[in-house]
Amino acid sequence: MEQMKETVLEYIVDEYLDEDDEDEVFYDSPLISSGIVDSFSMVSLKRFIENKYSIKLPDEEATPEAFDTVNSICKLVNKHLG
Amino acid sequence: MSNIGSYEERTQYFNWDIAKDILDWKEGELLNIGAICSDRICNRGDGKKTALIWEGFGDKSARYTFDDLRVYSNGFAKFLSEQGIEPGDRVCLFMDKIPSLYFSFLGVLKMGAIAQPLFSAFGDESLEVRLASAGTRAIFTTRKHVRKVRKIKDRLPNLEKIIVVEGNPDKLKEGEIFFDVENSPRVEEFDVYHSSPETPSVLHYTSGTTGQPKGALHVHNSIWGQALTTSWVLDLKDDDIYWCTADPGWVTGTSYGIIGPWALGATQCVLDSGFTSSRWYKFIQDNRITVWYSAPTAIRALMKDGNELVGDFDLSSLRNLASVGEPLNAEAVIWSGEVFDGLQFHDTFWQTETGAMMITNYPGMEIRPGSMGKPFPGIKAAVLDLDTHEPIDEAGKVGLIAFRPGWPSMFRQYWKQPDTYRSKFVGASENAMPDELRTNPDLWYVSGDRASIDKDGYYWFVGRDDDVINTGGHLVGPFEIESALVEHEAIAEAAAVGKPDKVNMEVVKAFVTLKPGFEPSDDLELDIMNFIRKRLSPLAMPQEIEYRDKLPKTRSGKIVRRYLRAIEWGEDVGDMSSLSDE
Repeated sequence: MEQMKETVLEYIVDEYLDEDDEDEVFYDSPLISSGIVDSFSMVSLKRFIENKYSIKLPDEEATPEAFDTVNSICKLVNKHLG
Repeated sequence: MSNIGSYEERTQYFNWDIAKDILDWKEGELLNIGAICSDRICNRGDGKKTALIWEGFGDKSARYTFDDLRVYSNGFAKFLSEQGIEPGDRVCLFMDKIPSLYFSFLGVLKMGAIAQPLFSAFGDESLEVRLASAGTRAIFTTRKHVRKVRKIKDRLPNLEKIIVVEGNPDKLKEGEIFFDVENSPRVEEFDVYHSSPETPSVLHYTSGTTGQPKGALHVHNSIWGQALTTSWVLDLKDDDIYWCTADPGWVTGTSYGIIGPWALGATQCVLDSGFTSSRWYKFIQDNRITVWYSAPTAIRALMKDGNELVGDFDLSSLRNLASVGEPLNAEAVIWSGEVFDGLQFHDTFWQTETGAMMITNYPGMEIRPGSMGKPFPGIKAAVLDLDTHEPIDEAGKVGLIAFRPGWPSMFRQYWKQPDTYRSKFVGASENAMPDELRTNPDLWYVSGDRASIDKDGYYWFVGRDDDVINTGGHLVGPFEIESALVEHEAIAEAAAVGKPDKVNMEVVKAFVTLKPGFEPSDDLELDIMNFIRKRLSPLAMPQEIEYRDKLPKTRSGKIVRRYLRAIEWGEDVGDMSSLSDE
């Protein structure tokens, strides 16, 4: 689980924050509600996770709430990893 | 009793001067949107009334009175004048929905310059295209977004002033200016620019099928259309608390998120935070919002999160709901009636070019779920035959939505593109200039959308008449996406079309062929998606990429988007005899 959190967090920092961004992101930092990741960009984040873990996340479960923190994302991924 | 009262009577006895009566505006008074929305409200004795209730992410919140609006917009106006910005110059506003966005918009107008608001999620390429087109002289932005400006500024010789309005001034680069209006001396007096009705006010960029985005130029006279539709359709009254969810980077956010409500002296709310259903419901509950103007995409996202969540909040303050951006499906209208104590969303149809609502549902009028409603009083609308361009009398027959020119908020030109402007009018003579076109009552302005009219005069939206993609209520031009796609190292050719989406109506899908040495893969698809997201915007990012060996083309080599789009929508592809066999 920790490894997964690290991977997802690293991807978010690389893709959605700029190099000189002063915002720090942690496992429990809000992503969607803070505006770091908007609802359209969430699609590419979802795609990354699906590719990385070879799973398919149903649209009805990939809600802004479920994607709002690294912790909640990893919880959803784990559910689908069985 | 609603402000409009009887739609039929209003239509019968209509003239645009009613808007001036509502504002108690007399001929000879100053006609400047910036001053009408701030100074004038104070002059009538409402300076202490709350103008803006703002909440940001986390616990950030602030309240501003109309007197604050007056003083802070004066501050921006004075600052620009001192920087040498002249009336008529284009000043870009490139920031999230922070209070300074609203103050600076009014300030730009007060000193006679043209406000050019741009969606803050635009990437550097989208920003550059629009700033270059407008010859923008100054840009207001924030610490977060100034990075994008830095990447492109050397290619924009007209861009002389880069002004950062919040954050740490020590982080600025050489040549950038810091201006925090709330921590600067209050500017109680400013000699507002004496604009005429035809003085340019706002330049909004909108996408078309071909070429780069076009700047739709509006004038100070637009305020009459915006104020009257706000009064009659949104039904704002003195004690309402109003929330327009749109971003002022798009026309709804200026026409109905600034101009209309503040011209009437209404209190409005702004939420500058990412979307989650519970956050939105809490915002309505906490601020006792009474009138809510939102978008179908948001409404469908709320629907998706279920009815149970609605019950967790006290939304009893709501009394009028309206929607804009794309057609509101019947299910969403019916759903809102079920969960919001009988209140149904009133769909409103208009576009960047029209500046104000054109066909809408009205308080007190029967809503037919899925219908656009009826033309606003004073608007002469029709659907035109697709071939002859004559108005259609037959109920239910599909044609082009068109309007007779002359309403106050009509756009006055596409920035420096008179030929493109002319092409929007049916019946225009070959060399007619914008001023002739917009005042000729014998022409039709064609919106680019298709609809039918039923026997009772209700309009029913059918779809776009071109290849422009309407995603989440925002128009995205396929050409702009395709141009960016072929800049990716792996892509040889590209076509972008809209594909159906339950929440956003349409999302972008790209068809690409790859250069030698590149193989289709999931990782490449993600790389291309992120490439477009950063260069253009999240809206323009393809949500699906289909790899093809070749793209359908005409014999002259032009990619046939309509073929690809028809397949996505499960429609008849039509006559494809002109396609190349290659």
